[in-house]
Amino acid sequence: MADTPAVPADEEREPAGFAFEDRPRPLEGIRAYGLIMAMWVRSTLAYRASFAMTLFGNLAVTAFDFVAILLMFTHVDALGGYSLPEIALLYGLSATAFGVCDLLLGSMDRVGGRIRDGTLDTLLVRPVPVLAQVAADRFALRRLGRITQGLLVIGYALVTLDIGWTPLKMLMLPMTVLSGAAIFGAVFIAGAAFQFVAQDASEVQNSFTYGGTTLLQYPPTVFAKDLVRGVTFVVPLAFASWLPALYVLGREYPVDLPQWVAFLPPLVAAGCCGLAGLAWRAGLRSYRSTGS
Amino acid sequence: MADDGFISLDGVEKVFEVRRRAGLLRRERREVRAVDGISFRVARGEMVGYIGPNGAGKSTTIKMLTGILTPSGGRLRVAGIDPSRERTRLAHRIGVVFGQRTTLWWDLPLRDSYRLMHRMYRIPDRRYRENLERCVELLDLGELLEVPVRQLSLGQRMRGDIAAALLHDPEVLYLDEPTIGLDVISKAKVRQFLKELNAERGTTVLLTTHDLTDIEQLCSRVMVIDHGRLMYDGSLAGLHEVGESERMLVVDLESELPPIRLDSADGGDQPALRAVKVEGPRQWLAFPAAASAAPLVARIAADYPLVDLSVREPDIEAVIARMYESTP
Repeated sequence: MADTPAVPADEEREPAGFAFEDRPRPLEGIRAYGLIMAMWVRSTLAYRASFAMTLFGNLAVTAFDFVAILLMFTHVDALGGYSLPEIALLYGLSATAFGVCDLLLGSMDRVGGRIRDGTLDTLLVRPVPVLAQVAADRFALRRLGRITQGLLVIGYALVTLDIGWTPLKMLMLPMTVLSGAAIFGAVFIAGAAFQFVAQDASEVQNSFTYGGTTLLQYPPTVFAKDLVRGVTFVVPLAFASWLPALYVLGREYPVDLPQWVAFLPPLVAAGCCGLAGLAWRAGLRSYRSTGS
Repeated sequence: MADDGFISLDGVEKVFEVRRRAGLLRRERREVRAVDGISFRVARGEMVGYIGPNGAGKSTTIKMLTGILTPSGGRLRVAGIDPSRERTRLAHRIGVVFGQRTTLWWDLPLRDSYRLMHRMYRIPDRRYRENLERCVELLDLGELLEVPVRQLSLGQRMRGDIAAALLHDPEVLYLDEPTIGLDVISKAKVRQFLKELNAERGTTVLLTTHDLTDIEQLCSRVMVIDHGRLMYDGSLAGLHEVGESERMLVVDLESELPPIRLDSADGGDQPALRAVKVEGPRQWLAFPAAASAAPLVARIAADYPLVDLSVREPDIEAVIARMYESTP
């Protein structure tokens, strides 16, 4: 009995592991993200009323942000030399970029909790990239609220501003939002990677992401020069809205930089994402060698 | 490669470095050897129980076998694959059930979790339908498929989790405490299913448990680990010999008598059995588990007025507890 406990598997069945092929990991990741996202959307729709309320709540809370700026302008005509519509453009670009990133990666800071309670292990035994699984975790449609609000504010800015539009300037708007979202995303991923080392570090990351987007909603002239340099060169959040928006507005840059830096956001975003990806890999590797 | 076992470990080690605060800023570093040089082979189709006290290194071993953790030393192969290097490739060939953590979707019907597995593992449609049907039938899930997982009982959820781990036809199934917290009926269902799975599909099963009944009913082979070392590897029966366990003969005599004494059959000074307890006409007599009960019974029946008797198998938990205590 002990020698031959095995009954040979049914001969007609194909060998198991049939589904494995070497596939490009980024594509596999995106596919897995889509699958998991769909599950969360269905989970959300299991509670329709609750979903409607949180979506409305999300929209309202983010809208109050801009209402605060509107209130300020009932007392002043300009903030740091910028008019209300100009600030609306800065605000809208930053809020939309951050909103897109928040929608796609918003729950990445839960990775620390997953490490603590051990549920990260259940993701590691799946045949799809862990980053995609963590990124799609708790995907929440209610975060569309922030994007909606950002787009509305951009709309308001575009209607009220008098801009000499060129094709380049028109191209600049979607490019800014997408690159901005990617830059914020890189910060999210790097923050999540850092949680492999320090599991309670989600607040550090939040100060860069939520803090960063609030910062970008005001013109750079109201902040201290060193802070502006910091978000330009160290954590390059300035590329997420300030520089391209100032180019569109025809304003001077906060730091002495040539005109063409307004076109750099896609490159900066690619660089940031590359670095964040490396950080994530290093984090995951350290988890797998230490176990916590 | 192929003939040295479906799962093979050679001197596998896992060393953690634990940092501890010692004073305000100073930190002490300490090495913890969670798994300290383990070697074993598991053939395809075997069903092996892996037991040990908490913190013995069971989970760490499972995590290395599934590719979650990278070993610090030694060589490890599952189906010819190095788990830590090719985790994703291995994932298609293994199923994992963590008894304490469900992988099912809380707010969705059970069926939705299975659909996700279907697509995530790219299981061919026909195969998926067959496997699901089979699991539903054997695990009695038919009426649960449309029920949100949060409404399932613990036993139902465990059966649901086991099905989820098997839809992609894994060649090996790891179960980490699959019967923890289940009631007797659920435990029996799970055991019955695993037995059939192993017999019909030849799926290799490695399970950790604290419930030795799982091992008794399922596993022809048991491995005991403690302090990161393999203490025992063999049949469950052999564990008794190693643990010097004893069986118990309970006899009812016609009247109250002094404790029964039988001298060793070969005339040595070691008695063949010893009376452990006397309660009126009933006596409890212990004898080595490896010895046969028949000659002892014959001699008692010849010398004493015997009314009734029964033989009790040794308590495996006591054997294992003794084993843990004897380790340094």
